Amino acid sequence: MEKVQEKISLVTADGTPLKISLARAQRRSKTIAFMMVFPLLFFVTIAFIVPIADMLLFSIDNSIVKKILPKTTEALKDWSEYSGELPDEVVFAAMVEEIKSAKASRQHTKIGGRLNYESSGFSSLFRKAGRKVKKIKTPPFKEALIESDKRWGDIYTWQVIKQNSSEYTEGYYLSALDFKRKFESGKIESLPEKDSIYLKLFFRTLLISSLIVFLTLLIGFPLSYMLSIVSTRTSNILIIFVLLPFWTSLLVRTTSWIALLQQEGVINDFLIFLGIINEDGRLAMIHNATGTVIAMTHILLPFMILPLFSVMKTIPKSYVRAAISLGAHPWKAFWKIYFPNTSPGIGAGSILVFILAIGYYITPALVGGVSGTFISNRIAYHISNSLNWGLGSAIGVILLGIVLLFFVFYDRIVGINNMKLG
Amino acid sequence: MNNLPPYLSVPERIWHYAFWLICIAVLFFLIFPLLVIIPLSFNDVPYFTFTKKMLSFDPEGYSLKWYNEFFTSLNWQGAVRNSVFIAFFATIIATFLGTLASLGLSRPQMPYRTLIMSFLISPMIVPLIISAAGMFFFYSRIGLQGTHLGVILAHAALGTPFVVITVTATLTGFDNDLIRASQSLGATPTTTFFKVIVPLITPGVISGALFAFVTSFDEVVVVLFVGSYRQRTIPWQMFSGLREQISPTILSAATLLIMITIALLTTLELLRRRTERLRGVTPS
Repeated sequence: MEKVQEKISLVTADGTPLKISLARAQRRSKTIAFMMVFPLLFFVTIAFIVPIADMLLFSIDNSIVKKILPKTTEALKDWSEYSGELPDEVVFAAMVEEIKSAKASRQHTKIGGRLNYESSGFSSLFRKAGRKVKKIKTPPFKEALIESDKRWGDIYTWQVIKQNSSEYTEGYYLSALDFKRKFESGKIESLPEKDSIYLKLFFRTLLISSLIVFLTLLIGFPLSYMLSIVSTRTSNILIIFVLLPFWTSLLVRTTSWIALLQQEGVINDFLIFLGIINEDGRLAMIHNATGTVIAMTHILLPFMILPLFSVMKTIPKSYVRAAISLGAHPWKAFWKIYFPNTSPGIGAGSILVFILAIGYYITPALVGGVSGTFISNRIAYHISNSLNWGLGSAIGVILLGIVLLFFVFYDRIVGINNMKLG
Repeated sequence: MNNLPPYLSVPERIWHYAFWLICIAVLFFLIFPLLVIIPLSFNDVPYFTFTKKMLSFDPEGYSLKWYNEFFTSLNWQGAVRNSVFIAFFATIIATFLGTLASLGLSRPQMPYRTLIMSFLISPMIVPLIISAAGMFFFYSRIGLQGTHLGVILAHAALGTPFVVITVTATLTGFDNDLIRASQSLGATPTTTFFKVIVPLITPGVISGALFAFVTSFDEVVVVLFVGSYRQRTIPWQMFSGLREQISPTILSAATLLIMITIALLTTLELLRRRTERLRGVTPS
C-alpha cells in the first residue's frame, strides 16, 4: 500500500513533494525578481513620487489659520456667518489672546499672508493687529479690537476667517480656474471675463500646443515619407539631420532661435539685405507667441518625425503601386491607401508632441514675452515670485491631470512598453 | 532622384521636384539653427549678430574672446564643474538602480510588471515644471534644496526611466537559453552573470547611462528650483545669461555643447552597430 502512494506523489531529492518544491522555487524567484526592482522602486518613490504627492497636499492645505488660531476657530463654530451680526465677545477674546501669542513667535504675519490670497487687505490687518494687541489687556475685547482697526467690526472680515479655518480648502483650485468664493454669501462665482487669467492661459497653452502639433505634422510628414522611401544608406545619413537637433541641449536650440529671430537678429538682417523690409520695418518675431511657436516647432519636430518614420518604414510600397495599377489616381492612392496606414505614427507623434508642448517652460519663458507664455510659466511665477505655493500647486495638479489624460491615450495607441528612444 | 520613369506626366514631374524641394527645406530648417550659432560664437562684438566684417570674411571680424571668457570666467568654469559632477553621480545612481531593476523586470516571474513599469517611468512623463515644483517643496522641507545632493538625487530620478527603457529593450531580445546552456555546462550563477549576461547587456546599459547623463547635463528646470547659484550647471548659467545680460559667451558654450552632442551621437551609433553585430544582425 505505501509503495503505491510513493509512486503517485513525486518527490525531490530531499523528500519534499515536487508540487510544494516547485511552488517554493517559484515563490523564491518571484521574491528575487521583486528584490531586484525594489531599490529603484524605493528610490523613485522617495525622490519623485513623494514630492508630487507633497505638491498635491500643498494645493489643498489650509491648516495655517486653524493651527495658529485654534481657539478662535473653535469659538467661531458657534457663530452663524450669515446672521448679519458680529461674533460675540468669546471670539474676540480668543482672537486677541492668540494674536498675542502668535506675535511672540512671529506667526501672525503668516495668517495675514495666507488670508491675503483670499481677500486683499488681510496682510496689513494682521500686521497692525500684531502691533496693537499688546495694549488690549482687559475686556471688553470686542470694542477694544474694533477700536484698534475698524475692519475688525466688519462682518466680512470674520466671514473670511471662518470660511478659511478648515483643514483643507478648494480655494486654490477655484482660483486656478478663475472662480471666486463670495465670502458674504458663501457662493462660488466665476470671475468676470476681464479678470480671468488662468482659464485664458490654459486655453492658450492648449491652443498653441495644438498649433505646434499641426505644424510639426505638416513639416514632419513629407520628410518622414522621404526618409522611408530612399535607400537605407541615404536615410541613415539624412536621419542625422533629425537626431542632431534631437540630442542637442534645449537651451542651445532656444539660444539659436533668439539669435535668429530677435530684432537685430540674423533673419531680420537678411531680409533687410534682400531689400524685403527696411530698417524701420524689422519684424517682431520674438518675445511674443510667434517666437514660441517657431522655436517650439523646431524643438519638438524630431518627436514627430521619429515615430512617423518608424511607422512609414513598415508600410509596403506595393500597396500604393497596386492601387495605381488598379486605376486609382496617384493622389487618391496616397490618400486612401497610404495615409490611413500612417495613422499609428501620426497618433503617436501628435500625442507625444502635445504632451511635451503643454508642459514646456524654458522656451516660452525665454522667447515667449507676454503673449507667448504658457501655464507652466505661471506655476514658476507663483513658486518663485508671488510665493503663493498653494495656487502654484493647484495649477500644477490640473496640468498634471491633463497630461496624464493624454498619456492614457498614448498608452492605448503605442503602449508604454513599446516606447523607443533615439 | 534624377532618373524618373519616362511615363510620368508633367504635373507628376513638377510634383516630384517640389516634393524634394520641400524635404530639403525641412532638413535646412532642422539643421540651420544649430549651424548658425557656430560662426556667431566667433563674433568680435558683444551681440548675437553677424557684423559687416564677418560677412566679408575679414579675419579681424572674428575673435576667440568669448571662448577665452568661457574658459576663464569663474561663473562658467564653476558651471562646467557642477554639470560634470552632478551628471556623473546622477548617472551612476540611475544606471545602477535602473539596470538592477531592469534585470528584475525582465524575469518571467516578475509580478505586476506593467504596473511597476509605468510607475518607474513616470518621471519621464510628468512635465518638468511639475516635477521641479514638487521637488522644490519637498526637498526644502527635508533640507535638500540648494545642495548638490538634492540636485543629484533629483536628476538621478529623472534619468532612471531612460535606463530602464533601454536596458529592458536590450533584455527583450535576450535568449534565456543562453543562461541555461551556460549553467548546464557547469558555470556558477556568478560566472554566468559576468561571462554571459553582462557582455550581452553592456551596450544597452551604456546607452541607458548616456541617456541618463544627457538628461542631467541638459536639464535646467529642476536645477533652477532645487538648486541655487552654488549648484549652477551649464544650462542654468545659459538660462540666467539669456535672461539678464546676453553675451556671446553663451554662444561659445552652445558651440561646445553641439560638439559634445556630435561625439555622443557617434558613440551611440557605434554601440548600436555593436549590439547588432553581437546579435548576429548585419548592421544596415
